[in-house]
Amino acid sequence: MIKVDTYRAVAEAEASMDGQSRYMGGGTLVMRDLNYGSYGFERLVRCTDPRLNSVRRDRGRIVIGAGLTMAECAENRDLAFLAAPAMGVGGPAVRNMATVGGNLFAPPPFGDFATAMLALDARVRTAGGEELGIEALLASRRTFRRIVTEIEFLPPPRGGFRFRKVSRVKPKGVSVLSICALLPQSGGRIRGARIAFNGMGATPLRATGSEAALEGRPLDRNGIAPALDAALQGLSPADDELATSWYRRTVAPVYLRRMLLERSHAY
Amino acid sequence: MAKTPIAFSLNGMERSMFVDPGQNLLDALRRGVGDLSPKYGCAQGTCGTCSVLVDGKLQLACITLAEAVAGSSVTTTAGLADGSELHPLQRSFMDNFAAQCGYCTPGMLMAAKALLDRNPSPQRQDVVEAISGNLCRCTGYEPIIDAILKAAAFMRTRGRP
Repeated sequence: MIKVDTYRAVAEAEASMDGQSRYMGGGTLVMRDLNYGSYGFERLVRCTDPRLNSVRRDRGRIVIGAGLTMAECAENRDLAFLAAPAMGVGGPAVRNMATVGGNLFAPPPFGDFATAMLALDARVRTAGGEELGIEALLASRRTFRRIVTEIEFLPPPRGGFRFRKVSRVKPKGVSVLSICALLPQSGGRIRGARIAFNGMGATPLRATGSEAALEGRPLDRNGIAPALDAALQGLSPADDELATSWYRRTVAPVYLRRMLLERSHAY
Repeated sequence: MAKTPIAFSLNGMERSMFVDPGQNLLDALRRGVGDLSPKYGCAQGTCGTCSVLVDGKLQLACITLAEAVAGSSVTTTAGLADGSELHPLQRSFMDNFAAQCGYCTPGMLMAAKALLDRNPSPQRQDVVEAISGNLCRCTGYEPIIDAILKAAAFMRTRGRP
């Protein structure tokens, strides 16, 4: 039987973690594993530290606590650009429970919020004071046993952040794939775009081919054409019960085009 | 493994019980205190029939750690009626044929209550969004949406919470 330990201070929770421990944020993924008996850990660690739910600014960067729920994120005016990816997670009940930190560890078809964090080039901090980039975290998340306490990123430029979730069931359904893009512009041309896909690999991944192809180009039909041709570089979607790899590879450039061209998806 | 004692409010009544490590709230409610109104469906947070309110917020009891609700106020469908008087949502579900097999109904009612508690005048799209985490395989959802909208209209005129 599992053991559950609850701590008030996140530092104490972090210090208690070992190879047989799993940290539980909102519990939406961990609890289902527990219910089905398919868990590979012996101890569950919780923390009730209210600082995990904070949102603050630090030298121009936005810092959000890993315990912030998707509902809290979607309702926070300072995080309005994240409302779409936050609202893309589950239904209302799941959003009241699922946390920002937990989503970083959610395997496909979940993890759409992590895709937004990847597009924003977020950095995460652990309870032990370690700081690492979102890509390093995503690459190591299967074996990552430290507790993420905060996620920080620069706010996107107005009109330069877009998110699109592709699912078969409306209004709520898990993702066939999702796309998030940070699209800074200077003089009407893209400078330093970051485009992230979920559902196109084992973790959210950057579409580096599209990013490079967008550099210096205007965000119009001709300008984005090379980015669409390069959209699948480095991406390797799997076959699963939601869609085949072929389907994902076929529709990903289509949805990327729609997202880049449709102003309604811009924040 | 030692059980954990917890105390919480269930439908306005103080409750104390022991829960197993890792036990979910749905199991604690049904087997621990005998509240059978939240239903056991998928046990993975997908179907919504176990929906309850925890401190006024809609949560899925099947993926809520029971010991996490210690000190909280939990509301289930069993707590909606006022004695023998059904809640307007329950009455509206009956009057508008919003249940067929009825298995989703407790979750739908709680999702609807969570909506009307924060938005007494929802638009149709608000209702669709509010029940988007609750599966119904009988009705096609339309009677449920209508029932919630009619309950909301009734509650606005009659002032029933």
